[in-house]
Amino acid sequence: MAEALLALAGVNTHIGQYHILQGVDFEVPRAGLTMLLGRNGAGKTTTLRTVMGLWQASAGAIRYDGAEITRRTTPERARLGIAYVPENMGIFAGLTVRENLLLAARSGPPEDRRLEWIFRLFPAMQKFWHAHAGNLSGGQKQMLAIARAIVEPRRLLLVDEPTKGLAPSIIANMIEAFRELKRTETSLLVVEQNFHFARSVGDTVAVMDCGRIVHAGRMADLAADDSLQQKLLGLSLQAHQ
Amino acid sequence: MLTTLLSGDLPRSRVLAVVLLAILAGLVLAPFVFPGTRSLNVAAKVAVFVLLVASYDLLLGYTGIVSFAHTMFFGIGGYGVGIAMAKLGAGWVSLALGIALALSLSAALALAIGLLSLRVRAIFFAMITLAVASFFQILASQLSGFTGGEDGITYKLPDLLLPGTKLVEMPLLGVELNGRLASYYLVVLAALACFLALLRVVNSPFGRVLLSIRENEFRSEALGYRTVTYRTAANCIGALGATLAGVLYAIWLRYTGPDTTLSFNIMIDILLMVVIGGMGTMYGAAVGATIFVVAQNYLQDLMALASAAAKGVPLLPGLLHPDRWLLWLGVLFIVCVYYFPTGIVGKLRAK
Repeated sequence: MAEALLALAGVNTHIGQYHILQGVDFEVPRAGLTMLLGRNGAGKTTTLRTVMGLWQASAGAIRYDGAEITRRTTPERARLGIAYVPENMGIFAGLTVRENLLLAARSGPPEDRRLEWIFRLFPAMQKFWHAHAGNLSGGQKQMLAIARAIVEPRRLLLVDEPTKGLAPSIIANMIEAFRELKRTETSLLVVEQNFHFARSVGDTVAVMDCGRIVHAGRMADLAADDSLQQKLLGLSLQAHQ
Repeated sequence: MLTTLLSGDLPRSRVLAVVLLAILAGLVLAPFVFPGTRSLNVAAKVAVFVLLVASYDLLLGYTGIVSFAHTMFFGIGGYGVGIAMAKLGAGWVSLALGIALALSLSAALALAIGLLSLRVRAIFFAMITLAVASFFQILASQLSGFTGGEDGITYKLPDLLLPGTKLVEMPLLGVELNGRLASYYLVVLAALACFLALLRVVNSPFGRVLLSIRENEFRSEALGYRTVTYRTAANCIGALGATLAGVLYAIWLRYTGPDTTLSFNIMIDILLMVVIGGMGTMYGAAVGATIFVVAQNYLQDLMALASAAAKGVPLLPGLLHPDRWLLWLGVLFIVCVYYFPTGIVGKLRAK
């Protein structure tokens, strides 16, 4: 089997005096969507931020596309093809939708076909093209954040809780959008609390607890195993639905 | 054509468009509409300060950099021209040499300050620029053999730019076409060209990255931009703009001294002009600089008239006495900041 696109080996991350990641090992394959699940405070967001270089790993190695990137700066990692959609969406509220998207297109204005594809995924982007991003609704901001990450083809997309605070109908849209994204060449690593969403789009899954990976496998297997869910996540599918 | 000239950044407000046109027309027609030494001085100062404030807006309004070294770069431009003219003689070559040296020094200093200190937090950067600017002020006053110390330097310019030079024998509309007029139009046109160039910079992809840095530096980095590089570049462009403004002011005044270039009072004036006009709009620089410079020069006259008119009314004549002009300027600022927190241009565009 080919080497994984992203591989973390024994990654430790300290934030100030707190030891958050305590030896994280897992891989993101070269295709499909990997879900990163776990309770609040398990270290999911820290893992994404460490991959992006927004926190520096204090030990361990991060390999991406065959090269070690543990000591690379954030802009360098972004230029290697990693895009990050943070939990608070990370859009520039004072800039327009258009400016937000153009900023992410580092190699010149995006192609029309790409934009049309994005508009098909998220029609609101076309409608509010010249609106200030800060005036968008929560769901639209999330769509903008994702649209911005894919305005140019990227190899790896890190998304932190894309369904947080969204209405069920919007979540359905998001599921469609992520399914469409999976058809592209982009691999995704998505942190999520919403198990229904995770089950709908995830191919593989890693579950974190207390700064470590405690389970890794196929999403379908976890989704089918109530007792494993109960053990890992403290929830059952019935209770969640 | 107009859209290209303004880099696609149109005023987007009818009132603002009218105000900007009025400022432009006022500057271009000033020698004919408002003849007289004083009004021409005010007009030239407006032109210089539009450029100076616009270049500061690139830092403060677009990139979110608080720098107190802007008058230093202004001064480098002024002293570059002054020293070259005084020491090398009043020729075009020495003028060009002075300008080139001033621009190089400014660029090198801005680069050094940027690379060394734009990594640190905003407040420390502001303090470092303050220290460097004070150092420069002291240097200018101590190197009196070169700079004329506190007295500054007076010098001649190439003949074409001297008041004694008549360009055309016949006066036009009662105004003598002399070298003074030539240097006035040099100042106005050069300031306008630089302003348009800055407008181009902020509306380019580069300018968009600067805006994103102002909004959130980390997000900008996560998109793949090395923010230190961009901020340093912005710092250099801003410094070059200020240097050119200093050059133009020196050409206009035929004098360079600490009070006209390096003074900390000018730094405060620049800050006020940016805030009053509207940060991050470029046009705000034009509006703010015009209002401020005109008020600085004519508020006292206006108050003398008002004071005389209010004679007999208790208290009023005293309040309106011309010596109290700073009080009213202060009131004007408070009102501005209170009612137009986004500046005049921000307010006009919001409608």
